[in-house]
Amino acid sequence: MSEKILNKDKWSDFVSNVASSKQVWTMTGDDTVTFTPCAEAEEAPGKVLNATVPPKNVVFPQTETLFRFMFGQLEAELPEEAQEAVVLGLRPCDARAMNIVDDLFSWDEEDTYYQDKRQKTTLVGLACNEPGINCFCTSLEGSPASTEGLDVIMADLGEKYYLQAITDKGDKLLADVSGQLEDASDNDKKAFQELAEAAEGKIKRGIDASGIPEGLPNLWEHELWQKVSEACLGCGACTYLCPTCHCFDIQDELEGFKGRRCRMWDSCMYGEYTLHASGHNPRPTRRERTRNRINHKYNYYVEKFDKIACVGCGRCINQCPVNIDILNILSKVKEAL
Amino acid sequence: MKNNGNPYIPHAATVEEAWNETYGDRCIRTFKVVFDDEEIRESWEHRPGQCAIIGILGVGESMISISSSPTEGKFLRFSVMRMGKVTKALHQLEPGDKMMVRGPYGNSFPVEEWKGKNILTIGGGIGQAPLRPIVEYVKANKDDYGDLTTIYGSRTSDDLCFRNEFENMMEDDSVSCHLSVDVEEQDWPHFVGFVPTLLMEVNPSPENRIAITCGPPIMIKFVLENLKKLGFEDEQIYTTLENRMKCGIGKCGRCNAGNLYVCKDGPVFNYATLKQVPEAFA
Repeated sequence: MSEKILNKDKWSDFVSNVASSKQVWTMTGDDTVTFTPCAEAEEAPGKVLNATVPPKNVVFPQTETLFRFMFGQLEAELPEEAQEAVVLGLRPCDARAMNIVDDLFSWDEEDTYYQDKRQKTTLVGLACNEPGINCFCTSLEGSPASTEGLDVIMADLGEKYYLQAITDKGDKLLADVSGQLEDASDNDKKAFQELAEAAEGKIKRGIDASGIPEGLPNLWEHELWQKVSEACLGCGACTYLCPTCHCFDIQDELEGFKGRRCRMWDSCMYGEYTLHASGHNPRPTRRERTRNRINHKYNYYVEKFDKIACVGCGRCINQCPVNIDILNILSKVKEAL
Repeated sequence: MKNNGNPYIPHAATVEEAWNETYGDRCIRTFKVVFDDEEIRESWEHRPGQCAIIGILGVGESMISISSSPTEGKFLRFSVMRMGKVTKALHQLEPGDKMMVRGPYGNSFPVEEWKGKNILTIGGGIGQAPLRPIVEYVKANKDDYGDLTTIYGSRTSDDLCFRNEFENMMEDDSVSCHLSVDVEEQDWPHFVGFVPTLLMEVNPSPENRIAITCGPPIMIKFVLENLKKLGFEDEQIYTTLENRMKCGIGKCGRCNAGNLYVCKDGPVFNYATLKQVPEAFA
C-alpha cells in the first residue's frame, strides 16, 4: 500500500484534484461543524478536533428521499444514484462507527440506499494528535490513529500530511490524485507512529467495558436508570450526534400534487418514537428511553452483531445540555454489576 | 411497479371488497386486496402470522397483520382499526380503490411443526386478526391437525370481528367455537364475561395442544396465567407482539423489545422465549 506526503500548501490543489472526479466532503462551519460537499479547498484540516455532527450524513442523510410520486398516482420515481464520494479528514472514531453501522444496513434485507452510497464512498481519515477531553476511543478497541474502516489515513506532521493507503480503494485514490503527492520516507512513517503513540497517551478518560454487555440484562429494574435519566430533557442531541445511532422515521411529504416519501433521523429519546396509535407507549418515560439507549449500544447490538455500538467519540458528553455523561452512566453500571 | 431489490418500494393493489366489521370511533374495516401486477400476485407468498406494510402514497404506511390464510387464494385480507392518520385514510377506501402494499414481514406461526396437534386460539378484539389465518389454515388442512378450538371475545357484540364467520363456525361440528362479551346484553346467547374467564369455562386439556393468544395486553396477561393454571407448558403457548414500526426490515430501530426486533424476530413468539425478554409485555 502506498505511503505519500502532501505539503499543506498544496492542500487546496489536492482537494480540487479529488473534486474533479468525485464529490468531496469536508468539515465546514464555525460553531456547528458539519461535513458538507465542497467544490473547492477549504482550510487544511486539523484545526478543529472533530465535527459537531458526525459524517454519517454522507451515507445516511439526515433527510433522504426514498422515492417521489404524484398524489393519486401509483408510480414511484427513484432518486438519482449516489455519486462517487470522498470524505476528507474524518476522525478514526467516525470511520469505525461506519464499520459498525454497516452491519445493520446490510443484515438480512439490504438497505439499497445506504449500501449504494457506502460502496461509492472513500474515507480519508485524519489521525488525532490532540484528543479531546471527553474522548475515550481507547476503551472501545479504537485509538487516535485507528485505521479500522478507513481507506486512507492521514497524519498531521506540521508542515505536511503523511498519507497511508489502507485499502485498495484508498490506494487507487492516491494513485488517481498523485499530482500533489510525494513519496513518504521512513522518517515520515516513524513520525506518524510516534505521534499516534503519544496521542494514545493523551486520552484521559475511559471505562473498562468488559462485563457490561453480559451484565446489562441483570440491571433491567435497577434504580440507576431512574437516577441517570432524571436530568434528561429528552432533546435527542446524544442520538442525533452519535456516529453509530442509525434509527430513522419514514414520512410522506406533499407539496401540491408532488409528493415524496422520505426517511429522516429519529431518536429513541423521544416519546413519540415508540408511541402506539392507541396512545399506549411501551417506553413511557425518560427512564425507559435512557435504559434503551444504553442497552441498544452495549447489549442488543453486541448480541446481534458482536460489536459495541459506541466508539468513544465523546459527542454525547460534549453536547448534552444538562451534562449527562455516558461514562458516568457506564461506571454506575459497572458498580451495579 | 417492481422494486428491483429496493425494500422500501411498495406495490399497488386494488381493494376488491371492503366492509366494516365494527362501527364507531375505533371501528374495524376489512379489506380484501389483490396486487395489480400479475408477477407480484403470483410470486407473493406469506405464512400465517406474517404482516405487511400497507398505506397510501402521500399519507404514510402502517404495519398490519395479514388476516387471511394463504390457503384462501391469491389475495390478502387486512382488518384495520381506525386509529391514527394512516388507518383513518385507509378506512376511506372502497372497492376499486388502490392501496400500496409491501412485505410480507416477520416470522410466522410454526404451523408445520404443529401438525398432529390440537389447536386452540384465544383472541380479544382486533387481536383476532393475526389469529384468523391460523383458524383458516387449520380448517383448510383438517387432516393434518387434531381438534380446533377458538375462543374469542370483545367488549360488546357490536365490537366482534368476523362475526358471520364465527356464527358459521358455531354450526360447524369440526370446530369448537366460543364467543363472549364483557357485559350482559339483550339477546346475547353466548358467554358473558372476560376472555380469560371463558377460557377456564371451556377448560381445554393441554394434552398435545398448542395455545395461541392475541389481544389487549391485560387480556394476554390473564390468559397466560390461566393457561398455566390449566397445565400448559410455556413451550405450548404462542403470542404475537406489536410495536410501532417504520421500515419492517430491522433497520429503523423502534420496534425492539429487548434485543428482539418485533418486525423481524417476531411478531410471533413462543412464551418460553418471551418470558426472558424484559420489555416484551411493556
